[in-house]
Amino acid sequence: MPVIEFRTALNQALDEEMTRDPRVFILGEEVAQFNGAYKVTKGLWAKWGDNRVRDTPITEGGFTGLAVGAAMMGLRPVVEYMSFNFSLVAIDQIISNAAKMHYMTGGEFSVPMVFRGANGAAAQVGSQHSHNLESFYAHIPGLIVITPSTPYDAKGLLKTAIRNNNPVIFMENEFLYGITGEVPDEEYTIPIGVGDIKRKGKDCTIVAHMRQVIYALEAAKILEKQGIDVEVVDPRTIKPLDINLICASVRKTRRCVVTEEGHFFCGVGAEVAAQVHELCFDDLDHPVVRVSQSENPLPYAKNLEAASLPSVDKIVAAVKKTMYRK
Amino acid sequence: MKPINKESAWKMLEQMVLCRRFEEATIKAYQQKSITGFLHTYIGQEACAIGAMAHMTDEDSFVTSYRCHAQGLIAGMTPRSIMAEMYGKITGCVRGKGGSMHVFSKQHKHLGGHGIVGGQIPIGAGAAFANRYQGGNGINLCYFGDGASMQGVFHECMNLASLWNIPVIYICENNMYGMGTRNDRALANTEVQEFAAAYKVNGYKVDGMDLVASHEAFGKIIEEARRTSRPALVNVITYRFKGHSVSDAASYRTAEELQCWVEKDPIGRFFQHMQKQGWIDDDGYKGIEKKVKDMVADAVQFAEESPWPPMDELTKHIYAD
Repeated sequence: MPVIEFRTALNQALDEEMTRDPRVFILGEEVAQFNGAYKVTKGLWAKWGDNRVRDTPITEGGFTGLAVGAAMMGLRPVVEYMSFNFSLVAIDQIISNAAKMHYMTGGEFSVPMVFRGANGAAAQVGSQHSHNLESFYAHIPGLIVITPSTPYDAKGLLKTAIRNNNPVIFMENEFLYGITGEVPDEEYTIPIGVGDIKRKGKDCTIVAHMRQVIYALEAAKILEKQGIDVEVVDPRTIKPLDINLICASVRKTRRCVVTEEGHFFCGVGAEVAAQVHELCFDDLDHPVVRVSQSENPLPYAKNLEAASLPSVDKIVAAVKKTMYRK
Repeated sequence: MKPINKESAWKMLEQMVLCRRFEEATIKAYQQKSITGFLHTYIGQEACAIGAMAHMTDEDSFVTSYRCHAQGLIAGMTPRSIMAEMYGKITGCVRGKGGSMHVFSKQHKHLGGHGIVGGQIPIGAGAAFANRYQGGNGINLCYFGDGASMQGVFHECMNLASLWNIPVIYICENNMYGMGTRNDRALANTEVQEFAAAYKVNGYKVDGMDLVASHEAFGKIIEEARRTSRPALVNVITYRFKGHSVSDAASYRTAEELQCWVEKDPIGRFFQHMQKQGWIDDDGYKGIEKKVKDMVADAVQFAEESPWPPMDELTKHIYAD
């Protein structure tokens, strides 16, 4: 099976869906002539031209809302945000318009579109460029939130997202764009709301998404040497959340750690912990332990940034806490 | 462009009277607590909507703010479906889930009905964009108030529409007030059409209290946009006879100012124009009033008798299939 980069997997998904459906078009800052800030759209402008791959001015509210209107009239826009930090400029269009439209119109209109881009901290880019917005968007009924961790998942889920008839928040990560993984030549899709066990284990469940999956797998290797066998569950989509898969794992391991790059308060970990406590209370040998970014804007200084973000060591410590081990 | 003739004049007069009497009935229903939430009426501004919408073809779409009932009626939505929506009944145009501010109809290309000031402005551009993307010849009429004209998305979309040759007609219904703030206290330049030049778009100023004038101006503007695929910006001078919403007593303006504008009532003015043309007499007008009265009474009765949305509606339409 071919081994390709995460960004190439996304590029293939976009190209294949544009081939499949002429209503699919891409718009965003630097997506066309510049080939995308992270090269996800590389070559697509040359292949598909101005009509289907459109550079926008730096006006997120305007071009996002334009895409919402186009989606209401039957097109299937894919909006790229150079980073999800900039989606905050368009937040009224995403929440008040895209997310509410189908319900507010009693099903008259739907908004089949994808908002995609880099989410979370990169390397020391400061607080305004490091937002983790998955729990923020997952709070809103009407939105779907997808958070892949591998090239395979990224391609299969992006294709499904483009075919979905709802507004989909599709989150990528700057550190993940260059990772490689096996992606088959033949076409496939991955259903939304179905998680994946990234490592089987029996002692503790680690729920992780996006880059945290890589951290969790590294933590698993360290813990294995200490005789602790963890299971890594990647929900792949935050909303809808595959809570059944998470709970099935927790019922087996009786312990659960949730790790995320976003903040602690009202984060993804808070939601997973609440649901696990509600659904698996009697199965647990220890309360769910959360690993997350600390409750401060992300600082620039290397040591402070590292201290603020979750890490392999923090995940290892959290798992051992659930095992009552030091 | 088709000039106004006797037949189209009768239709437009009836539409204006229907909008007026329909909304008067909604105010009454609000006072009786049959309609709740917000209620923003269009009373006084009817010629703004009709002057432009009279030129719409099946390919065209429109979108507006929360002051959205009149446009729905003019587009041909039934008074029943809009009144029932305002009553929050399942027979409403969006199944009782939108209310007064969120009138929509896919069939009538009514893209809402939007509650955030200026939020609909990019949607108008997107609708016209979609039509052209698919090889159509349509335009979008995008209505907003003077209060929305300083929102960022308005200026962003003027730029986008000009840059991408999107035939959206931005219609600023300049009723002089953004809620209770007179526009010379909120806009650095109240001559809103002048912002068009900055984006290399044609800007126009139109008398929104005079249907003959607005119909003629919009006929030319829409024809041009359709032919050239270029946007336009139209500053339509108008006035709302009621407050911003029914809970606004409009104490920020004088009785003299209101009276001055009521004397320009677009319905009376257009009726006089028709009289001069020999197209209508007092009995003809009474006939329209009678017909409209019956339609509105029927809509109110229908709304009152319609059932509430069943409980399974609560979780329907959160996501599309």
